[in-house]
Amino acid sequence: MMRLPSYRYRAPKTVQDAAAWLAESPGDTMLLAGGTDLIPNMKRRQQVPSTVVGLRGITELSRTDDRDGLEIGAGVTLTSLVHDERVHARYLGLWQAVGQIATPLLRNMGTIGGNICLDTRCTYYDQSFEWRQAINFCMKKDGDTCWVATSSDKCLAVSSTDAAPALIALGATVRLVSATGTREVALTDLYANDGMHYLTRRSDEILTTVTLPKADGWRTTYWKLRRRGSFDFPVAAVAAAARFDGDRIVEARIVLGAVASRPLEVPAAAARLAGQPLTDDLIASVADDAYTLAKPMDNTDFELVWRKKTVRSLVTSALRELRGDDMRAARTKLARHPLLVIS
Amino acid sequence: MKLRLNLSVNGEPAEALVDPDKTLLEVLREDLQLTGTKHGCELGECGACAVLLDDQPVLSCLVVSHECEGRSVVTVEGLTVDGRLHPLQECFADLGASQCGYCTPGILIAAKALLDRDPNPSRDLIREALSGNLCRCTGYQQILDAVQASIVRLGEGGEQKK
Repeated sequence: MMRLPSYRYRAPKTVQDAAAWLAESPGDTMLLAGGTDLIPNMKRRQQVPSTVVGLRGITELSRTDDRDGLEIGAGVTLTSLVHDERVHARYLGLWQAVGQIATPLLRNMGTIGGNICLDTRCTYYDQSFEWRQAINFCMKKDGDTCWVATSSDKCLAVSSTDAAPALIALGATVRLVSATGTREVALTDLYANDGMHYLTRRSDEILTTVTLPKADGWRTTYWKLRRRGSFDFPVAAVAAAARFDGDRIVEARIVLGAVASRPLEVPAAAARLAGQPLTDDLIASVADDAYTLAKPMDNTDFELVWRKKTVRSLVTSALRELRGDDMRAARTKLARHPLLVIS
Repeated sequence: MKLRLNLSVNGEPAEALVDPDKTLLEVLREDLQLTGTKHGCELGECGACAVLLDDQPVLSCLVVSHECEGRSVVTVEGLTVDGRLHPLQECFADLGASQCGYCTPGILIAAKALLDRDPNPSRDLIREALSGNLCRCTGYQQILDAVQASIVRLGEGGEQKK
């Protein structure tokens, strides 16, 4: 049986209290929201905070406000987002991404803030303590070597959040609150391509809010590759968003998931889409750009060369769908998930 | 120091003095002797430990005891009323939807949550609602059949009296 390590638990009622308590000892305090990532990691001794600050009592974190766009509290559960008609109607790519996170039981617990901050994953890290001990641990926790690429001086664990690529494609920003102040950053700037230090969030900061700009004229979509249709982290994914003027793209964003230690934007591809109609040739060349940029490592499910190749077809499918092609059959075949067919 | 917990379990008030590092699953099984809820993967991957927490199906292996104070928990033991099985349980027994039985409590809880919310779900919705519950015996078809059959039985007035 895997027991939790001992820890001190504190339950603030306000963000201010949470920030103050976090500031007391930011290095060994962790925030607990849904628990679906932190608790397994604590049981396997991947994360062993001496203090856990439970956020579920902070009601302001579970609020969703209609402003210019949509302000989503970091504590809003993934189930609430799937059932939020505004998300479905205006931010379809986010809805598709969130609906494919984990399972209904886990979505009842897991929060949007938690998925954004989801720990990076790796075959050599997401294992029991004894398993990791048997390989003398790895760079990410308790060891020195990255077993994915032993010459690497940086951890190569994989960004496995589904929500973040979709949110970045939608131009989301996040609010970070600490005892010393508040700052708003573009979600893309929250991430760094480093499996250990994958968030630029300071250890004394709490992610409180995700803000989506108005959806005016934007179409978004999310395509996810996973082994089981029911339940798996992404092993390759793409979020695409585009604003059209007639059949021409005005502005576009393409973000890849699970092929780096951070959600990976494809800026060159997005730049080439601007001002153009989405022809098959343009889609093929943009998909090539994404393929070149994707650097999956051999540390998650499926064979890595094949995973890299799937990026090309995922981007192609995503852009064709944004163009208006009927991609329902392809989506169902990939997702094996009838509820996600766009009706 | 032990943690004193007051919660409602299967409709009855319950009090326990527990090791604060325990999960809800461990509290249920070890302190309240409700061993119907099963220890599976302990990591949120299998669904064997599902319970209703404030009417929502969640994985009790991932809920820390500190966050259970004052909340309502329904376990598989709470599905029977006055010794009478829930129609879901009857259908699982009648249709062979339970073989080794280890996953059954979690599946019954997830299915009950679905039927409480939607009394007439499609087979796809049932499949979706149970997608977080692994079963290594049945191949799932009998489970889906049993949940569908229970819809009919519930519709025929098979709902238990509370």
